[in-house]
Amino acid sequence: MRVSNKLKLVLLRLLQAVPALFGIVLVSFLLTRALPGDPAVYFAGPMADEQSIAEIRQQMGLDRPLPLQFFSYIGDLLQGELGQSISTGQPVLTELASRLPASLELTLFALLLSLLVALPLGILAATRPNSWVDHLCRVVVTAGVSLPTFFTGLLLLYIFYFLLGWAPSPMGRLDFAYLPPETVTGSFVIDALLAGDPETARAAFAQLLLPAITLGLFTLAPIARMTRAALIQVLEGEFIRTARAAGLARRKVLYRYGLRNAILPVITTLGMVFSFALGANVLVEKVFAWPGIGSFAVEALVVSDYAAVQGFVLCMAVLFVLLNLLIDVIYTLVDPRVRMES
Amino acid sequence: MPKHGAWLACIVQSRGTSTKNENPTMDRRTFVKGASLATLGAGLLPLLKSLPVQAASNRPLVVALGASINSLDIHRSGTNRTSYQIAVNCYDRLVSFGTKTLADGSVSYDYNTLVPELATEWETAEDGLSITFHLRQDATFWDGKPVTAHDVKWSFDRAVSVGGFPTMQMKAGSLEKPEQFEALDDHTFRIHLLHPSKLTRPDLATPVPIVINSVAAKAEATEADPWATEFLHRTALGSGAFKVQRWDVGQQLVYERNDDWKCGPLPALQRVVIRELPSTSTRRALIERGDVNISFDIPNKDARELEAGGKLKVVSTPIENCLFVLATNLDFEPFKDKRVRQAIAYAVPYADIFRNAAYERGLPMWGAQSAKPTEAVWPQPFPYATDLDKAKALLAETDYKDGFEVPLSFDLGQADWAEPTALLIQQNLQRIGIRTTLNKVPGANWRTVALVEKKLPLHLENFGGWLNTPDYYFYWAYLKGNLFNSSNYENAEIRQLVEETLYMEQDDPQYRPKILRMIEIAMDDVPRIPLWQPSVNVAMRPEVQGYQYWFHRQLDIRPLTLEGRQG
Repeated sequence: MRVSNKLKLVLLRLLQAVPALFGIVLVSFLLTRALPGDPAVYFAGPMADEQSIAEIRQQMGLDRPLPLQFFSYIGDLLQGELGQSISTGQPVLTELASRLPASLELTLFALLLSLLVALPLGILAATRPNSWVDHLCRVVVTAGVSLPTFFTGLLLLYIFYFLLGWAPSPMGRLDFAYLPPETVTGSFVIDALLAGDPETARAAFAQLLLPAITLGLFTLAPIARMTRAALIQVLEGEFIRTARAAGLARRKVLYRYGLRNAILPVITTLGMVFSFALGANVLVEKVFAWPGIGSFAVEALVVSDYAAVQGFVLCMAVLFVLLNLLIDVIYTLVDPRVRMES
Repeated sequence: MPKHGAWLACIVQSRGTSTKNENPTMDRRTFVKGASLATLGAGLLPLLKSLPVQAASNRPLVVALGASINSLDIHRSGTNRTSYQIAVNCYDRLVSFGTKTLADGSVSYDYNTLVPELATEWETAEDGLSITFHLRQDATFWDGKPVTAHDVKWSFDRAVSVGGFPTMQMKAGSLEKPEQFEALDDHTFRIHLLHPSKLTRPDLATPVPIVINSVAAKAEATEADPWATEFLHRTALGSGAFKVQRWDVGQQLVYERNDDWKCGPLPALQRVVIRELPSTSTRRALIERGDVNISFDIPNKDARELEAGGKLKVVSTPIENCLFVLATNLDFEPFKDKRVRQAIAYAVPYADIFRNAAYERGLPMWGAQSAKPTEAVWPQPFPYATDLDKAKALLAETDYKDGFEVPLSFDLGQADWAEPTALLIQQNLQRIGIRTTLNKVPGANWRTVALVEKKLPLHLENFGGWLNTPDYYFYWAYLKGNLFNSSNYENAEIRQLVEETLYMEQDDPQYRPKILRMIEIAMDDVPRIPLWQPSVNVAMRPEVQGYQYWFHRQLDIRPLTLEGRQG
């Protein structure tokens, strides 16, 4: 397949996402309007009277009929305008731009950690079924899934911060003593390294470690399980038996033929876990005061902050689309059998 | 990114005044290295704990806060309560309140004394229809521009014109339209009163009537936004004791001292960091470990446990003019009968609630000996106590002797006290035959259904008034149509008494008997059943001194000090 061909396919896929995105915009618009509560009353403040509530409703454009509100929302969207979050007082775009990198840094690092543990664990468990490694794998997986993240978070905090004092104070991405590095990638650790400031990088990394382990314990479970299950299935395949019979080295059979075939469902799981963790790590964010996108969305939802909720949903939708695309591309790289159909 | 913009703006602001500290970044960095090393050492070697950590003036004070600051402008609609601290710490008002020492040794503001802030003195005209303020000659804004009466005029005009909360708060002091405000010359400012009112002067000391740098603000105003709300939302333009050095929305706000502050004694602290930490458990771990100096507005439960722990200073101050009440709605048929309301007042398990929901913070508001009040103070205990037999007997006299069903509602945002309270009330009402179902209303919806539409039959309410007079509380909570009267209660005599006393001076001989009568009616009619007077709780490390309670329930950082040693 030539490069230009592949590019065309990518573009086509992006185009196909447009109707889906439109649907999401429409649904999120309608759903936010269906939320109980009147944002105008809420934001008019504690002593507001009828008149000032009416003024605010007009300011917010909530006195106009729904279809009109929707069209002006679409118009704003096309200009790249996501509106103003009323609860935080910032443009939604600014909020997302500052919070998404925080969430991404945490989630990606957590995934990296859980991959480092889950893959070897899954492989060991699959190659030695019913051994102690397999049982360990089972225990870890069950614990990871069944322990709620806020509980693991608080437990880790209690042990490593409160009792032992090894972890830095859980006050967000960076201790107040440091200045955030100039934004390049959005990850404080990487940006600080790029800026040649190892000390800030170390501080940022220290802040990142506990929340990432908390989230990692949670995401580890599906990955380890999927690795184990997929690998066991593949290892039972006839081509593996053939390879073994042909006298290929055990290592070569396992890694080149076994794992490479088993990795596809693992990648799919990884994609799902990633997008899920990104939006769902609200509790981890709360415990560690991590300024991420999840807590922003939940707070916006609680106060019926329409623009913020819609912005969050749209942002997540776009991320999902891109992520799915990325996974499809990775598929074609990993597995020559998978071809994109035009 | 706007974030960097705000940072730049702060640097520009501080350029005029701070020449000593040319590179705040490096300064902070080096300081912290020392501090974190010291803390680390202290953690590893208990012996090191008694060593002085840093010169006191260099150490920032760190405050943990559960809520988020969403604006630097108190006049903007949508600005939340937490943001009022900017008005307190970064802006000056004409006047402020004095302080007094409470029975427990803690310090509180004193509603009954006004002290100078921007104004050095003021006098009321002989006809009582105007007040003239003489402004301090030497006060300047952060950019060096002198503070003049024209700035006061512009700021007051703004407060009464933008609508919403600030306009309502100004109106409480009978400050309603720009024509009332006049700048006589650069340092003389006059307020023309629509009618004399005892609430006008204290209202000037609330966080709302702040003085903004009008020249700098007007430069940012546009035709669509004549009051520069967009600009002042992100940038403070004040003359106050602290400047906003840095504001990372949703994370932290850093105050830096204004070394040229003239309106009071220069604060001891150079820098104060407000960290927003949503989880109460995290906040508690941080204050116990000593990584923050103050944890402000902590739950009652934490306050009691931390105090019992003995390592921290915990101050709980009853909030003036505030009550947690069980409100009955007179639109709901059974509650139209006074005896039903009284029966409920006798059924509430006050002591259990005070123990299990208030954790004995605040003041009990039940069990008064006489149904006739003898003191014109508010709030005060009502003449009810838990007495199920009396409650049953009262109910038996009515059409509802077999009981009835009613939903008991509370605000989910207040769940920490409201949920245990509601459960305890539910249990006891069951015993006199009133069956309740709990209705948890999400925060966004609460104001609409409870206060605006006023359609919750039985609910928990928590109004408190900034201006500390009984008539002011009654104005909001006992007159039909006013926001916090979620009971739809109306009583012609109370209405008349409120109208007569609202503007009347408290030392007027007619004032006391009228207030006593007002309270007596409220006790007998009980549309609102007081549960307890809540408190605002603060936990502090031993090195923190100078905390003061203020009616606005925000942390005034100006009088705080940090001792040089860590305990």
